[in-house]
Amino acid sequence: MSRLTEKARDGALKQVGTRPLRPDGIDKVTGRARFGADAVAPGMLVGKILRSPHAHARIKAIDTTKAEALSGVKAVITADDFGDVDESLTDTLHNIMAHGKALYEGHAVAAVAAVNMSVARQALKLIEVDYDVLPHVTDVEEAAQPDAPLIREDLLTVGVNPPATKPSNISARHEFGHGDVGKGFAEADIIVERTFRTEATHQGYIEPHSWLGSMGPDGQAELWGCTQGHYMVRDTCAGLLGIDVSKLRVTASEIGGGFGGKTTVFVEPVVLALSRKANRPVKITMSREEVFKATGPTSSSANRVKIGITKDGRITAADAELFYQGGAFPGSPVEFGAMAAFACYALENVRAVGWDVLANRPKQAAYRAPGAPMIVFAVESVIDELARRIDMDPVDFRLKNAPKEGDRSSYGPKFGPIGLIQTLEAAKAHPHYSAPLGPNQGRGIAAGFWFNFGGMTCSNINIGNDGTVTIAVGTPDIGGSRASMCLMAAEEFGIPYDRVKAIVADTSALGFNDVTDGSRVTFSSGYATIQSARAAIGEMCKRAAQIWGIPEEAVDWSDGHARPSGPNAGDFEPLSMAEIAASAARTGGPIAGHHEVNVDGAGVSFGVHIADVEIDPQTGRSTVTRYTVLQDAGKAIHPAYVEGQYQGGAVQGIGWALNEEYIYGEDGRLQNAGFLDYRMPVASDLPMIDTQIIEIPNEGHPYGVRGVGETPIVPPLGAIGNAVSQAIGLRVTETPMSPPRLLAMMSSYREAAE
Amino acid sequence: MSGIHVTTTINGDEAEFICQPDETLLDVLRDRMGMTGSKEGCGSGDCGACSVMVNDRLVCSCLVLGAEAEGARVDTIEGMADGETLHPLQRKFLEHAALQCGVCTPGFLVAAKALLEKNPDPSEIEVRYWLAGNLCRCTGYDKIIRAVMDAAAEMRGA
Amino acid sequence: MVKVVLWGALTHATNGEAELDLDVRTVKELLTRLETDYPALAPQLKKGVSVAIDGQIYRDAWFAPIPEGAEVFVLPRMVGG
Repeated sequence: MSRLTEKARDGALKQVGTRPLRPDGIDKVTGRARFGADAVAPGMLVGKILRSPHAHARIKAIDTTKAEALSGVKAVITADDFGDVDESLTDTLHNIMAHGKALYEGHAVAAVAAVNMSVARQALKLIEVDYDVLPHVTDVEEAAQPDAPLIREDLLTVGVNPPATKPSNISARHEFGHGDVGKGFAEADIIVERTFRTEATHQGYIEPHSWLGSMGPDGQAELWGCTQGHYMVRDTCAGLLGIDVSKLRVTASEIGGGFGGKTTVFVEPVVLALSRKANRPVKITMSREEVFKATGPTSSSANRVKIGITKDGRITAADAELFYQGGAFPGSPVEFGAMAAFACYALENVRAVGWDVLANRPKQAAYRAPGAPMIVFAVESVIDELARRIDMDPVDFRLKNAPKEGDRSSYGPKFGPIGLIQTLEAAKAHPHYSAPLGPNQGRGIAAGFWFNFGGMTCSNINIGNDGTVTIAVGTPDIGGSRASMCLMAAEEFGIPYDRVKAIVADTSALGFNDVTDGSRVTFSSGYATIQSARAAIGEMCKRAAQIWGIPEEAVDWSDGHARPSGPNAGDFEPLSMAEIAASAARTGGPIAGHHEVNVDGAGVSFGVHIADVEIDPQTGRSTVTRYTVLQDAGKAIHPAYVEGQYQGGAVQGIGWALNEEYIYGEDGRLQNAGFLDYRMPVASDLPMIDTQIIEIPNEGHPYGVRGVGETPIVPPLGAIGNAVSQAIGLRVTETPMSPPRLLAMMSSYREAAE
Repeated sequence: MSGIHVTTTINGDEAEFICQPDETLLDVLRDRMGMTGSKEGCGSGDCGACSVMVNDRLVCSCLVLGAEAEGARVDTIEGMADGETLHPLQRKFLEHAALQCGVCTPGFLVAAKALLEKNPDPSEIEVRYWLAGNLCRCTGYDKIIRAVMDAAAEMRGA
Repeated sequence: MVKVVLWGALTHATNGEAELDLDVRTVKELLTRLETDYPALAPQLKKGVSVAIDGQIYRDAWFAPIPEGAEVFVLPRMVGG
């Protein structure tokens, strides 16, 4: 099922692949762009949320009378202000406002709306919550034990045979694979088995969640704020508040980063519930501490990987067991971890078993390629060790076992056209790969994979009466996607890029759009935009045909003009878009094109990273001295923003590998809920991040696009881990590979040697 | 609490406001003056998104009290372009695609401008250390550093 | 007939069967058949799944045709970050 256009196949794309300035650029370099916290409304109140200081506690009573009596307080809400909701929304409701039990430190228990921040803060202090503190557990392996404190008294593990009869913190078992791993290991000459642990990290977007909402007594409501998916916000909030979807209009502001962390709701329904009670607009902006404690970091994990190979480097079997804690609710991304674990290898015998574990931590949210980086760290580390054991080049080792089109993926289905082999070959040929290393340096290589998907998508194109183009899409632009939409539309129309403008429409203007996630926007909204443009072109050809009095089929479109073709070629002067648009009123009305689709055919994406790391033997500090990302983009629409995705994803992965972690105390409280102690990479930590874009077209998109946003965070943990392991001569099995951890490893090794 | 009357200069224009003693300069700029170009990413001076100049000194406006602006000269992102003409740093950020989401961008631009005023010919290392107080989660810094170096070169006439 | 492979977490509802031979021609027929034959699958099917047909992954596409002899995988509903 190839949708590849001849244009793309012939390399005849004129604008796609160039690097024009982004349409929202001037606003963003001058401070004019309006982000979540920049909204105001007349009569606006300030909302503030009271959060549990305990990791696990029964809420015996909440007394809000003193807070309500404080001058300037206009509304106080608790769980009682929300009614019954559909079963599918229960966990979401219980996460945004504790019902009966506080399940993690920072869990919302009440909220106030007041005339200013100072009054709101005082009001929170006047709310009296009677807690019965319960035993807690935050560590994934401890939480999975049968005698761990139970987060839900009635949770039975699904996916186990025989069925579970005793409650535990394990919500599900997932298994993927094929063949017979026992037989495969019996054929192996060398087997390596190790356990790896990763700590939870946060998406770390610089913009805290912020929402302005207004809800009147007639049930009409509006929300304005930062999200990766305003349709998701609308539908979820409508469900939580028991109002009609059509009565809630949500406008997505500019969004200051998301990386998966803004794919669900936190303060949005609270804002609406407060506004409903106070009958005034309410704004809640989270503090950074709240972002760390009460949004959705990723899972921490413990993963065992076992791989067997023959002496000549063929993998005979691969087996993994994954434990991911996803916070106090079911739904860690462990099944995607299990699916992605061995995706970079063509295997006859493979198995991956994932366990979804609850712990007294905030409910995890998606983080860029959710679930993949942790297990791929483990797999790529074991692969590296095996290649070294047989003295084989690690790229050659991967090439020998890499899947190609038609091979069965480790998670089941067969692959379509994929570019892992080309990407590995490009890595091997890259000057970085053969550059000399200095003392105390190591070089690591790792591969990574993400699925990508399409989803529900709408696009609307209106032709102005001057022949310029407005594109409306429903997917918030996080990384420059409006520029890509404009490029694709300009390409289709054959007009200059600056005659096209893309906007993100509010929920009342288009049909439902899935969230900006899954690396889907350039692929899906791009697909819909191209189809919308083609519909508008069809309409303009029809108008031209009527003007000329010739059949519609006898009109061609090229370079922004309708042209008579076939027997009529040359009979009439071509009509420009501006001319056709100018006569729209006389030829039938406004000219538009639209497209609504649930897109499939998103191609999977592979990347390979090369990392050089230098270790200071005195302090254990790691410095990344050189880093290169190679990845298959299918087709890069705007290469500068594709490079930006590669670089940004790689650096998030470097942070995860080296420094970032959620640190919990014995009391179950997060000890580093701020940017000073939660150490994200800064400019002085890093070298330039080299990139190389490989283009193996995806047949599911007219120009061959694959999503590129998520794959770049998958390889870095393994690439950095392999580089560090080479530099210190010891296998690193835990993240973060922080100075104290490496120093301890090195000194215990030295002591053992002495 | 009674308000404090403050007279100051913002982006070259005289300005007056009344603020509470506990309000930060960032709160005043955003909530009282309607200048929302400076962003609050952390409120603790760790992310640099609220960077402004006070009397030619680069500060995190979340760590300065509004009342401290009395008699001072405050320069923010809103005053960086000269009318329709972008500052070379602003132009180079666009040309190099040195922003993705753009929320950290105002802080980076203000901080980078402060650097180039002090040191018109910084090395890559100097740029990286000067901008180490500004967090960007999208770009991995590569294109930001290139944009600053390129702007510096252009401003030197190189 | 098509060969349908379920991911491991579903097999508790199918008496341990991970591979089924079913006479279905569309994704909707597949989902209906699964729910009819294995009522315990209903909660997961309601939550949403992805269906891979001969390597192509679909989400919520009832009318996607399943050719005779196709290889079908029922996978978790794809998400992203």
